[in-house]
Amino acid sequence: MPAPLKSFEFRREREASWRELEGLVGTAEKKGLKSLPAEQLLRLPSLYRAALSSLSVARSISLDQNVVGYLESLCARAYFQVYGSRSNFFESVGQFFAESFPAAVRGAFWPIVIAGFWMALGSAIGFFLVQNAPDWFYSFVPADLAGGRTPASATESLRNALYDGADTAERLYVFATFLFTHNSKVALMAFALGFALGVPTILLMFYNGLVLGAFLALYDDRGLLGELGAWLSVHGTTEILAIILCGGAGLVLARAIIFPDQNSRLDSLARRGRAAGTLAVGGVVMLLVAGLLEGFVRQLVTDVATRYAIGGLMLAFWLAYFTFSGRGRGYGDD
Amino acid sequence: MATTNPTAAPPQPKPAAARPRSERRIVTPEGVPLTFQLAERGERAAAVLIDLVIMLLALGLVVLGVVVLSWQIGFSEFIIGVTLLVFFLIRTFYFIYFELRWQGATPGKRALGLRVIDRAGGYLRPDAIFSRNILREVELFLPMTLLLAGPEDGSSGWINLLTLGWLSVFALLPFFNKDRLRAGDIVAGTWVVSAPKTFLLSDVAAGAKTRQESTQTTDPEFPFSRSQLEVYGIYELQTLEDVLRQKGPQTQETLLEVTKRVQSKIGWTGEDRVDPRRFLEAFYAAQRAHLESRLLFGERRENKHDLKGPPGAADGPTKP
Repeated sequence: MPAPLKSFEFRREREASWRELEGLVGTAEKKGLKSLPAEQLLRLPSLYRAALSSLSVARSISLDQNVVGYLESLCARAYFQVYGSRSNFFESVGQFFAESFPAAVRGAFWPIVIAGFWMALGSAIGFFLVQNAPDWFYSFVPADLAGGRTPASATESLRNALYDGADTAERLYVFATFLFTHNSKVALMAFALGFALGVPTILLMFYNGLVLGAFLALYDDRGLLGELGAWLSVHGTTEILAIILCGGAGLVLARAIIFPDQNSRLDSLARRGRAAGTLAVGGVVMLLVAGLLEGFVRQLVTDVATRYAIGGLMLAFWLAYFTFSGRGRGYGDD
Repeated sequence: MATTNPTAAPPQPKPAAARPRSERRIVTPEGVPLTFQLAERGERAAAVLIDLVIMLLALGLVVLGVVVLSWQIGFSEFIIGVTLLVFFLIRTFYFIYFELRWQGATPGKRALGLRVIDRAGGYLRPDAIFSRNILREVELFLPMTLLLAGPEDGSSGWINLLTLGWLSVFALLPFFNKDRLRAGDIVAGTWVVSAPKTFLLSDVAAGAKTRQESTQTTDPEFPFSRSQLEVYGIYELQTLEDVLRQKGPQTQETLLEVTKRVQSKIGWTGEDRVDPRRFLEAFYAAQRAHLESRLLFGERRENKHDLKGPPGAADGPTKP
């Protein structure tokens, strides 16, 4: 005679806990996990595990496809809530700066050095080319980036550009934000183009070096190199470091594609790509800091020595931060 | 009364939907495999479009605010600076913010029921979200600007065309791999899956039970013999489940037809004029109980052609 319907009993015994989980997940989907009261939030993982074990059992004993399909969908939805990104936005931001970002920088030491090398090479070449033939300046520096500082400018106006006081501050806000967004796009692009085997990343590093070198040569020509250096160091130590970090991030991607580790290319890209993304976002935040230094601190401080001191301090700060923060935990330990 | 006539079509009410090839499995940290459907490329494009429209609306609001503000306190360069900054923040952090807050969904994804998940089955980590969304810069925003801006001064049209062609390699990447990964997904180790809701319906086998207030799910009026239950397999059982769950004007006729086919197939000798639904529910319950008890012994009979039946089954499965 027909056997008793085990799957029917199975469902009857567990249905209440499934329904409870479904209610919790539904609320979390609509209003966010935080809207759940603490005791319900505590029940979520255990209900989720119970549903998972129900699913395993149902797959092996039940032929009711609605029950199996329902449990698949319920477990998936609960999985999204339990294993989605950590729900606390600010907590993950905090962890990012305390651990992930410096750890990612340490992990990508050589790619960063290589990116820095190309930028240095670019600035050296840009410097010597413009020094010998100032017309090169126009080829390297786009007009909107030059902000009116060209070989045709009078020495006095070039000098004044370094000491913008409060009277011209208005105009500078726009220029500073323009520079920030421009730099950030360059930095993010340098990272993203690492996907194209890193060649565009290296070109971008090199090109940005050319621009920098061209400016240095222009001011050197007028005997203002020391003052430009002071002006530049206030925000430049942060800014240039950030762009190099993003270039390094791009090269991390390229390395994962060209030289995958023992895993498959896709796996190694996924593993290293996340670290590179961390590096790039950190770079953009540094650019924001550089923008603030540029917009405010540089207006207030016009003394050459103090400017060098600030720039040097910033550089020392970043280096110390990258070297010591979040040590003892490798990147991506959970 | 097994089918001996080879010309007779197999009595299948309707074929169940074939399992799509877009199914992906991850193993959760608890060690249980979960199945997901990869999101369709069209769904993903629609989700991105919705997000872009929302971003545009946000930008429009900012511009409106700036206009009103300049009206109130007078136009200043400071306002332009702030506006540029807000534009940048929206463009770079819109996707990141929402995917962090909403467990891998943005408003557009949510509208279409899509989610980002970790391919390895672990947490969707913040750095994965950063990576996959920063790559949008080359995948989405750069081609868009090139398309909208047209040839810039200083660079000729065909250079732009070449750049665009090269960039569309990124943009069209999801079309060239079976996992529909875009560059951001590759770098972040993520999948975009669709997460439809399935509702728990009442058990079809409960129909037989509720009618007689007993703990048994078998209907004494329809005593099926073991050999009658050996005819069909799991596929037919689940097709029957679909049929019994159908609602609509044609249901009664369908049920009647299915009843006739089942009766002839299993060699039903009992009462001929039965209530089709009641008969089929009883048959479903008995059939499921039978197949599930065989499942406990490790015999999984996929369909009626599956010949793993125990020796001595009186009425062996038939040829198609």
